[in-house]
Amino acid sequence: MPMNNTRKMTLVAAVVAALVTAAAAAAGTNLAIVGYSTPKTVMGKIIQAWQQTRDGQGVTFTQSYGPSTDQARAVANGLKADIVFLSTGDDVNLLVDAGLVDSKWNRQSYGIAADTVVVFAVRDGNPKHIKGWADLVKPGVQVVTPNPFSSGSAKWNILAAYGAERRLGKTDKQATAYVQQLFQHVVSQDTSGSNATNTFLSGKGDVLITYESEAINARLQGKNIQYVIPRQTMLIQLPAAVLQKSSNKDAANNFIRYLKSVPAQELFAQYGFRPVNPTVAKEASVQKEFPARPGIFKIDDKYIGGWRQADKVWFDLKSGRMVKIEEAVGGPSSG
Amino acid sequence: MVVALPIAALVWSSRSGGVSGSFWDAITNPEALAALKLTLAVAALAALTNAVLGTITAWVLVRDDFRGKSLVNATIDLPFALPTIVAGLVVLALYGPYSPIGVHLAFTRAAIWLALLFVTLPFVVRTVQPVLLELDTEMEEAARSLGASERTIFFRVVLPTILPGILSGVTMAFARAVGEIGAVTIISGNQPYRTEVASVFILNRSQAGDPAGAAAVAVVLLTISFVVLLAVGAIRHRATRYERG
Repeated sequence: MPMNNTRKMTLVAAVVAALVTAAAAAAGTNLAIVGYSTPKTVMGKIIQAWQQTRDGQGVTFTQSYGPSTDQARAVANGLKADIVFLSTGDDVNLLVDAGLVDSKWNRQSYGIAADTVVVFAVRDGNPKHIKGWADLVKPGVQVVTPNPFSSGSAKWNILAAYGAERRLGKTDKQATAYVQQLFQHVVSQDTSGSNATNTFLSGKGDVLITYESEAINARLQGKNIQYVIPRQTMLIQLPAAVLQKSSNKDAANNFIRYLKSVPAQELFAQYGFRPVNPTVAKEASVQKEFPARPGIFKIDDKYIGGWRQADKVWFDLKSGRMVKIEEAVGGPSSG
Repeated sequence: MVVALPIAALVWSSRSGGVSGSFWDAITNPEALAALKLTLAVAALAALTNAVLGTITAWVLVRDDFRGKSLVNATIDLPFALPTIVAGLVVLALYGPYSPIGVHLAFTRAAIWLALLFVTLPFVVRTVQPVLLELDTEMEEAARSLGASERTIFFRVVLPTILPGILSGVTMAFARAVGEIGAVTIISGNQPYRTEVASVFILNRSQAGDPAGAAAVAVVLLTISFVVLLAVGAIRHRATRYERG
């Protein structure tokens, strides 16, 4: 059907209007966000919401998501970023060491944008009755967790396992022996947390050690996944930081502040992340979705001592405990 | 420049050996050695298996006529075009825990072999096929008229002629298998010392902040592939010596 003249005019006007808007936006501020994989969806929503506010009006975004450490390394190697949102403080430290993020990033008003915890994803109906860490090392239980040297998610899992044992009254030696025992039950060590989730969803293993947010995210995507939150578990704090060399520092700081506001935190909660804003955290629906656990501890727990310490003790490529555990479990001497 | 420069950079960055000490320390690290051994063994096995499967496939495509032949012929090249991650997903769907055919091989060394078979089959088929096409059937008929059995004809007449083609395909398949990562990382389980291949080890090392250690192992892989490719060159040279006179 040929268009009449009025329609043509409307169409032309619409196209012109779109072009003008685009040009105006391009002339305005553009923020580059480099983030880890899981928050991709929620960040899109938060950005849309922020663009409706006075601060965010006219600000456009360039977004890149991928495995946390890969993303941090890419930024360290020159990928343009104004804001990073990563899965471990360890990856932010990498940028601190590269001189790109203020070493006091964690002490400023921002720092942690959202939380999550380490959980056990299990098969339908939890046939192996997995409740706590001790159940993971029962005979015949197969565990999926990523490779601790390449995946931030795996580091959280290992530190959670060790910390949980310490909280249950085990000595350093016993808790380390538990981690080794746990790795005897590990049947797959993927290169990233999301690959490990895919392996579990393909049917491998009885338990996937993962983030609560990753499990809820998979569920939101229609995957059939159930999870158990152990009584002793690690609170995973997800850091967001502004790059020191950002040419849009004001806008970037405004955005990071917005991340902690009620509307953004409610979005975080909707997409499976534990809110850090106390008002949102107290909401009844949030408390129901994210049950508290008595034995929750953080990375700066006295048994773990923060990221720098954990890295040296556990994940050093030469002398870290995980090097020895991997060798003891799979190496030539393991038989 | 396109090839030599990155390789030179790789060798340069590997010389320190990274956090594990010297270059020698990096490549004799027990986990690296286990990964290298596994990679070479499975790649060799996959290449040899494809020597047989690929030759049979090429034979059928050249000598037999059947409905849908052109379709099969086109399908052979698909592994070339497919991102190998997809190849991994295909193997996982077929032989994984939810296997429709009841074969549960995923997350074992056998699964690595299967994935490599899939990825490298076209190399053998595509090098053997043209040789078979050019093969003069008169020689076979002459042998047949002299009373030779089909078996003898194949092993004494056909095979010697197509052998350089097969070898060249096999070596290319091997070199490709040594470097494969996409398909393998999905179906192997990537367990250090058990199912972790060299390419995955390299990826893990580089993500763990040890680019030099990763580069050292990469140099070893590269050297092996280089030797293999040199061998291909030598075979090609020999195979065509009659034509060059």
